Amino acid sequence: MKVIQRLLDDKLAVFCLLVISIVMIAGVLSPVLAPHNPLELNVFNKYAGISKDYPLGTDQLGRCILSRLLYGIRTTIFLALLTMFVTILIGTILGIIAGFFRGKVDEIIMRMCDVMLSFPAEVMILAIVGILGPNLMNVVIANIVAKWAWYTRMIRSVVIQYMDKNYIQFAKVSGCSTSHIMRRHILPGVSGEVAILATLDTGWVILNISALSFLGLGVQAPTPEWGMMLNEAKNVMVTHPTHMLAPGIAILIVVGAFNFLGDSIHSAINPKLYQKKNNRSRMNVFTRNKKFISK
Amino acid sequence: MGIYLIKRVLAIIPIILCLSFLAFVLINLRTSDPAEIALRVNQMTPTEDMVNAMRSTLGLDQPYFVRYFSWISKSIQGDFGESYVTHRPVAEHIATALPSTLQLAAVALLIIIVCSVVVGVLCALYEGSVGDKLMRAFVFLSAAMPSFWIGILLIWLFSVKLGWFDTSGMERVSSVILPAVTLSLGFVSTYIRLIRNNMIKNKNENFVLYARVRGLKESRITLKIFINSMQISMTALGMSIPKLIAGTVVVENIFAWPGIGRLCVSAIFNSDFPIIQAYILIMGVMFVICNLVVDMINMMVDPRLRKEM
Amino acid sequence: MSLLEIKNLSVNNLRTGQQIIHDLSFSLHENRCLCIVGESGSGKSMTAKAILGLTSPWLQVNGEVLFKGMNLIEQSNATMRKVRGQKICMILQDAMTAFDPLSTIGKQMIETLRENLVMNKTEAKELAITALQSVQIYEPEQVLKKYPHQLSGGMLQRVMISIVMVIKPDIIIADEPTTALDSINQREVVEQFKKLLAVNHVSMIFISHDLSVVQYLADDVLVMKDGKCVELGEASKILSTPSHSFTKFLIDTRVGLSQSFQQSMSGGEAIVLES
Repeated sequence: MKVIQRLLDDKLAVFCLLVISIVMIAGVLSPVLAPHNPLELNVFNKYAGISKDYPLGTDQLGRCILSRLLYGIRTTIFLALLTMFVTILIGTILGIIAGFFRGKVDEIIMRMCDVMLSFPAEVMILAIVGILGPNLMNVVIANIVAKWAWYTRMIRSVVIQYMDKNYIQFAKVSGCSTSHIMRRHILPGVSGEVAILATLDTGWVILNISALSFLGLGVQAPTPEWGMMLNEAKNVMVTHPTHMLAPGIAILIVVGAFNFLGDSIHSAINPKLYQKKNNRSRMNVFTRNKKFISK
Repeated sequence: MGIYLIKRVLAIIPIILCLSFLAFVLINLRTSDPAEIALRVNQMTPTEDMVNAMRSTLGLDQPYFVRYFSWISKSIQGDFGESYVTHRPVAEHIATALPSTLQLAAVALLIIIVCSVVVGVLCALYEGSVGDKLMRAFVFLSAAMPSFWIGILLIWLFSVKLGWFDTSGMERVSSVILPAVTLSLGFVSTYIRLIRNNMIKNKNENFVLYARVRGLKESRITLKIFINSMQISMTALGMSIPKLIAGTVVVENIFAWPGIGRLCVSAIFNSDFPIIQAYILIMGVMFVICNLVVDMINMMVDPRLRKEM
Repeated sequence: MSLLEIKNLSVNNLRTGQQIIHDLSFSLHENRCLCIVGESGSGKSMTAKAILGLTSPWLQVNGEVLFKGMNLIEQSNATMRKVRGQKICMILQDAMTAFDPLSTIGKQMIETLRENLVMNKTEAKELAITALQSVQIYEPEQVLKKYPHQLSGGMLQRVMISIVMVIKPDIIIADEPTTALDSINQREVVEQFKKLLAVNHVSMIFISHDLSVVQYLADDVLVMKDGKCVELGEASKILSTPSHSFTKFLIDTRVGLSQSFQQSMSGGEAIVLES
């Protein structure tokens, strides 16, 4: 497909995909890759520096930081991906139903979306975590509840656009079943927009999960999680400031990769943006401002 | 104009009602029994009699809609009930905490506006220069950095190492700076990008060409581009106000700033539902009202929108 | 006597390496109207922009544009600003987007007049009112208070013409001023230009792809195709006996169109138009 071709041509996008894949594989293989058990306490060895045994040192309870970082991938990223998957699933189903069938069903779903969207997302998440209790599953549920309305809205509008197109009318008239139309025609059209939003939102969700864990409302000790690790690092800031670096950099790299990827998908799908991106590199500094052109 | 305003205000009322109902539904999704919690929090072992007594005190034995109406009517009058923990009126807690949050949000908003306008405009005027590229890299990075990480790094640098600011609390005027900067960093990147892109788009518009054709001074043309760009960006900036107020939660926690974010978080830890309830309702209403105010201001500023009235 | 002389003008797109205008040469004589004709994308507007130094930064302009002893291409931005406002004025194609959407017409006219003519606000306002009246805009005071989106394309086009009329430049460049208008407004605007030429003794470069307008207004014609000059000479000669095949093609197409229009209007009888 042209879009995938353009995406693969973009070196930055490929790099980001690589980074994300490496991180995910590391998460899956963390029992193999981690030098120690992340929960293993070794109080006599606390605050150890970088060594062959402990590549990133140990924290205040003597646990290996690298191992906690690797296992943290599972908690932070996989949960974020789960959240995104469920959100998109709900959004897609409701959006397609609303856009395809219109009428009463559409009205009801849209009113629900309106009410959900009239709340700021952060408040909604806090509310749900507050009411259901602070634990990791509730954080996931909160994120899903906060975001599904966006996707439903967006997918519905794309579906409505497509419904007007002639080939859908033809398919309807020629007797194709509803599910067939949805699968073959509407889903591919919608997938582009969804891909962009989803990639950018994954970064947002990762930041959210780690923020809530930082506050103590998400993950509970001693499960390793990057936000939680930063919270623990905060407490020893005066004596061991370096502990703040590793988890923060990890979050930065992963969220940055997702953001860049989202941007690249956006350019790949929209050919005009893609052109601009490539043309700019051909200009050199001197041609940019007419004043400097010497005759 | 006046009629339109009244129409818009009336249109909000059903939204607020739905909001409040949603908030009420949410609250009642809690899995734990508030009567039990209220007893436990005050170190009383809940026997069945005591739980029942507490339940009727809290009015929990009444039907759903009756409870909703009594809650909503009391809330309109400002009575949000009492905290389970301190037994003081929730309204009192909120009245002390809200001004601090608003103060923090106001300073952060100022920083956001000044930084994003200055940097956005400069980046647009010198599009493609080294400075522009650096700024875009910075914008990108700060969008990926968690605000709490920046917060603790800033504390380490400026409070621990350099000793310029307090690490926490609200004692001095200067203690608002680090929290406000941390809070603003999450938004500044978006707005720099927005203003820069709007200005660049406007630079290429026909009216800029015609202004040049007419022989107007370059400074005047830049001003025209700026006003046109700002007018578009203002809606977005206006919308950031409720987001700012909602987003203070993390920052208040790191810097021990006594605002409603901190109030809500400790309420969550204590399962202090009246406070959580009030927080949701107030934040929701504030959001909707802010939306309306921003829309109205936008309409006053852009003559094209007035046509729709 | 030639007022404006263009020698070997060429414009290159440095981004794509494409050459937009190839070695263009022509002259504009005093009190004459030169019409530049061609299809869309033949480089007509680009020529006008190149003369005034308004091309995008990534377009390289070479050659000579001689005006009153100066080569305009070599001049600084400050000098060109004065030239654009007072000596060579341009009227743009799309009037509806040409004005600043957030400022009233009055403000924009006054700022233009004050920038290019020496006067204060009150004098500028009076001049603006006179200008609007001379292009048959009634109730000029009301129009001054309006925003651009509240006026029609034709009216905005006439406002642009009125500004140019009172500034009285040496050369007026009109870039397809009638293209974006409906036929009634087109007629009015073309009449305004005719009046300009007759009364004010100004020299004009009129860019259009509409041959009927060209026929009505032009003294000289320059035909462009793909950024090159294809034919250049007096209007009467070129339109009746075109030498280049492309010009012939343009004229034939136009005549063909008018013929079929006449046919359908008169119910079947073809009336041949006098060219």
